[in-house]
Amino acid sequence: MTSPLVSIRGLEKRFDLSGSLLEQITFEGGRFRRKQEAVHAINGVDLEVQKGEALCVVGESGCGKSTVARTVMGLLSPSAGEIHYDGQRIDNLERKDSLPYRRKMQMIFQNPYASLNPRMTIQQTLEEPIRFHHPDWSQVQVRDKIHEVMHSVGIDPDWGSRFGHEFSGGQRQRIAIARALAVDPEFIVADEPISALDVSIQAQVLNLLMDAQESRGLTYLFITHDLAVVEHFGTRVAVMYLGRVCELADTKTLFATPRHPYTQALLSAIPKLEDDRPNHIRLKGEVPTPVNLPSGCVFHGRCPYANERCRQDVPRLITTDAGTQVACHAVEEGRL
Amino acid sequence: MTTATVSRWDRFRESFFWHSFKRDKVAIVSFAVLLMMVMAAIFAPLLAPADPYDLAQINIMNSELPPVGMSGADPAFPLGTDAQGRDLLSTILYGTRVSLMIGFGAVVLQAFLGILFGLLAGYLGGKVDAILMRIADVQLSFSTLMVAIIVGAVFKASFGNLMFGEIAIYMLIFIIGVAEWPQIARTVRASVLAEKKKEYVDAAKVMGFGTRRIMFRHILPNTLSPIFVIATVQIANAIISEAALSFLGLGMPETQPSLGSLIKSGFDYIQSGSWWITLIPGLVLVVLVLVINLLGDWLRDVMNPRLYKG
Repeated sequence: MTSPLVSIRGLEKRFDLSGSLLEQITFEGGRFRRKQEAVHAINGVDLEVQKGEALCVVGESGCGKSTVARTVMGLLSPSAGEIHYDGQRIDNLERKDSLPYRRKMQMIFQNPYASLNPRMTIQQTLEEPIRFHHPDWSQVQVRDKIHEVMHSVGIDPDWGSRFGHEFSGGQRQRIAIARALAVDPEFIVADEPISALDVSIQAQVLNLLMDAQESRGLTYLFITHDLAVVEHFGTRVAVMYLGRVCELADTKTLFATPRHPYTQALLSAIPKLEDDRPNHIRLKGEVPTPVNLPSGCVFHGRCPYANERCRQDVPRLITTDAGTQVACHAVEEGRL
Repeated sequence: MTTATVSRWDRFRESFFWHSFKRDKVAIVSFAVLLMMVMAAIFAPLLAPADPYDLAQINIMNSELPPVGMSGADPAFPLGTDAQGRDLLSTILYGTRVSLMIGFGAVVLQAFLGILFGLLAGYLGGKVDAILMRIADVQLSFSTLMVAIIVGAVFKASFGNLMFGEIAIYMLIFIIGVAEWPQIARTVRASVLAEKKKEYVDAAKVMGFGTRRIMFRHILPNTLSPIFVIATVQIANAIISEAALSFLGLGMPETQPSLGSLIKSGFDYIQSGSWWITLIPGLVLVVLVLVINLLGDWLRDVMNPRLYKG
């Protein structure tokens, strides 16, 4: 296998809940104590994105998938772990040194109603990044580039003088994609880019992203909770639960033979047309709070196969015979 | 959707802003009155029958003449004269000019400081926010007038009356501007806190834009509506503050009177029957402040995002 384009190693992100020093001090049982609490959004995620693929990250709300996306893009700084792009560590770079990576890595956001600056015309929105990253370009070069990206996302270049609020959600998301494409990136992080859109528009935008991938040789890290989208779009899938990756596999393999108990439960929840008697795996309990993580496997409280080892040891990702990666003691021991 | 580009003027005429202005009679009247007063103030040298700053035109024998329509009036002085024999109409025109200049100047200074500190505090957060906002709190806990009186008195004592008269207008702009910046800074900070969480700011960060570019190019234009509203009301407040300071003798000197110092200079003669020296500039001041406040109220209603988004 060639070296990955993006590799995430041992990534952790905690959000502090306890506030300033004064707010941390509590009076308990006759003495003062310092109490610190944090939300453990990501707890040791290792992922590698290969050139040209679309790696989908799925999971339910609050499992840390958006935090992974934002940390990779440098919008959040990791609490621990490293992020490498093309062999170069990028999470600790100074702003000046990170500029070339800002051009190579772009992001598409979830909410097209908030991701365009309401006081800027489409022309200005697209022009600013191009001028910023190519200060030596002439007026004509910039204009041609804007026309090219607007064409490629199916937006009429004549609409350049309009403002974002004059467009529909789907059109806005196209403009947001055009903005990301304007700087000729190699790698795009898409954080639920279609979940705020109408179902009929979702397919259009998804096809647009796939066309762009083909014509520009893009690599995607695609965050979503929509399993149908994953099946259609993803080369590989990473399933996340409570800030950890529990299964990583090729899309086909994962949908055909899910190994991790959580993945099995997740896939059984997809509604099917022939389902007259739905056969969902019902998980007991609820997702534990990410403030106090369970010991051992984060899924052990809800897992029907959990034993004593699951309650104590954190499972590592192991490679199975099918070439997929699973973090589960039961799979490792052959119990499942 | 494929119509040609719309000009700014057309866009403005189709906007909610223009539409609601057309329908609000109070706003139209206020705007008309304000426009008239601002025009009269700007063109005071052309409109005024006499130049109140020119000592050669003043005759002490004309002092305390009543307005036209009262016995003893001189038609050369339609609103009468003050205690020094200056034509009151001309003095009011020039005084409005001084008052408006101080009002606008102070608000420009306030807006500059307030926007700068508000943006820094809101966007950078953390220690910068804590320090700037504590300074603002400390400053707000003193009344503006008290600070202005102390600073004004110190300056007046150290520069002497004559020198103070020359720099008084800049001094007043500086004092009122610096004393009131926290009002704008707090408003800006609050809107910045709301704006910086939006995804277009993240998109700008992902592009690699610097902090300064994000603050001034992306966030600032989106916080302008509340600044407009506050600034309008602050102009009226600054004019009132200046009038109060002048009334206390710490404002404009009598040689270049503002509306406030005119009121003050007439106050000594009100008991002797020369009420017009105080009353007429007083009325002008009230009308000026009233129309600005009414416009500010209307602007607040129009720009309230709960009533209208855009």
